[in-house]
Amino acid sequence: MNAAQMVEALKQKFGDAVLETKEFRGEHTLVVKLASAKPLLCYCHDELNFDYLIDVSSLDYMGKEPRFEMVYELYGYGHLQYLRVRTQVAEDVEVPTVSDIWPTANWHEREVYDMMGIKFSGHPDMRRILMWEGYPFFPLRKDFPLEGKPSDLPEVGFTRVAPMADGPFVTTAGAEDTQTREPRSRRPVE
Amino acid sequence: MVAPADSTVAAYDSKVEGNIIFTKMDAAINWMRKNSMWPMPMGLACCAIEMMAAACSRYDLSRFGAEVMRFSPRQADVMIVAGTVTYKMALAVKRIWDQMPEPKWCIAMGACASSGGMYRSYAVLQGIDQLIPVDVYISGCPPRPEALLEGLMRLQHKIETEHSFVEQKKELIAELTA
Repeated sequence: MNAAQMVEALKQKFGDAVLETKEFRGEHTLVVKLASAKPLLCYCHDELNFDYLIDVSSLDYMGKEPRFEMVYELYGYGHLQYLRVRTQVAEDVEVPTVSDIWPTANWHEREVYDMMGIKFSGHPDMRRILMWEGYPFFPLRKDFPLEGKPSDLPEVGFTRVAPMADGPFVTTAGAEDTQTREPRSRRPVE
Repeated sequence: MVAPADSTVAAYDSKVEGNIIFTKMDAAINWMRKNSMWPMPMGLACCAIEMMAAACSRYDLSRFGAEVMRFSPRQADVMIVAGTVTYKMALAVKRIWDQMPEPKWCIAMGACASSGGMYRSYAVLQGIDQLIPVDVYISGCPPRPEALLEGLMRLQHKIETEHSFVEQKKELIAELTA
């Protein structure tokens, strides 16, 4: 069974829970309701033999409702097919963990929690993974500035605002020459 | 050593005069210290690869007496901070620095350890000198092994100028002169 057939099978099995299916250059994506995400992923693992969870990541659409989106990248070593499952998550809503299905999700979900602040219900070890315990912010949210915010926890750690020197270094693809494409510094767009 | 009073045999070796050097205590101590630095390799990023190259046979740190890389801070006296210091790692670096016995020196190797380098972000400490005192900064991204050797030699020159006995052993001097 190839990925397109699996998408059809999932649509039949889960019906209305599958909000949308996309196919782009051979990549198949399912957008599903949060309530059915866990059973659907469980079905993918148990019945459709997606034995490898490549990645768990999250997106922040600040200003849109619901604000966040979870993305699960699946792969099967038996059938060599890829599948992407996305589900939208509102702020302050907990996502059921998939670390009981794929143990690798444990650290991926900790990273999502650390960087984006999405909590996972049923996770065995819901701690920060990159920043230290007690760090007050979630750095990959859109409302967090690139240069950081100062934070100070005595005996634990601190961060300072990083000097940006005329704004972050950003290349402009397609500009005429190297100097306009990659200047030494670039004023932030007002 | 006191010779027996009734003995006529002189307990004096006339050859000893050629084997005695008069020098200052500071100079002698500094000479010993600078030629036997034991680095604590704080390898945090790609600079660590260059540091390893510097320690290997081609560049050969041991020519300068600094080949004994110690992974225990209690046996080291110069910390080479080689790489990007994230805030989370900074706490560990500081702790290891605190565990090193005096006298100790620090080399900030590369752009990241010196100033945060290209990492202008919330996650990276903008220079290890914000947490621990740095003796030598080495530029480069990463610096070549020659640059690390140059930095090490600069540190040797710095150690030569220290008042190691007078400044660091004040209590001992006070005890001896009391």
